Amino acid sequence: MSMTAIEIEELILKTFPDAKIIIDDLRGDGDHYAAQIISEKFRGKTRVQQHQMVYNAMDGKMGKELHALALNTSAPKD
Amino acid sequence: MEQNTKEKIESIIKDNEILLFMKGTPVMPQCGFSAAVVGVLSHMGVKFNSVNVLEDAEIREGIKEYSDWPTIPQLYVKNEFVGGCDIIREMHENGELTEYFSQAGINI
Repeated sequence: MSMTAIEIEELILKTFPDAKIIIDDLRGDGDHYAAQIISEKFRGKTRVQQHQMVYNAMDGKMGKELHALALNTSAPKD
Repeated sequence: MEQNTKEKIESIIKDNEILLFMKGTPVMPQCGFSAAVVGVLSHMGVKFNSVNVLEDAEIREGIKEYSDWPTIPQLYVKNEFVGGCDIIREMHENGELTEYFSQAGINI
């Protein structure tokens, strides 16, 4: 099972409506993605917390339908 | 997670200052993400211990719940979860990891 980049983006937007998201399908196999996410919700959070927030937004799919999602998260720069 | 799995995880984390939960072993990693973290730690000259989650299904599932983190590898330093592959790589690239170890009182 795999996911499309659009499905991933939609899931992320549900939790982070303000997010700027760039998703790369690293191998073109619908299973290995990299996502760059910028959202105000990340402000003041540690990197572990930021990634946990994204994993939780993935609704249990991370590590199952979605094998690999490399993350790069940050709050918008002023 | 069963209580004894949790206790088992807690005790290995406590007993090992720097501990990597990984797939395979440092010499023979079974996954590219685990291999990447081993690469970073070896490059920095950090001495660490590892748990091969492929040999223990209980720990493999348990550690995900314990850390609230859905993937392996996972690096613990002095009882604290530092991150998975992306975070360790990023911290290595921007120099944060060296600082993290020195603040944790670990000499490299």
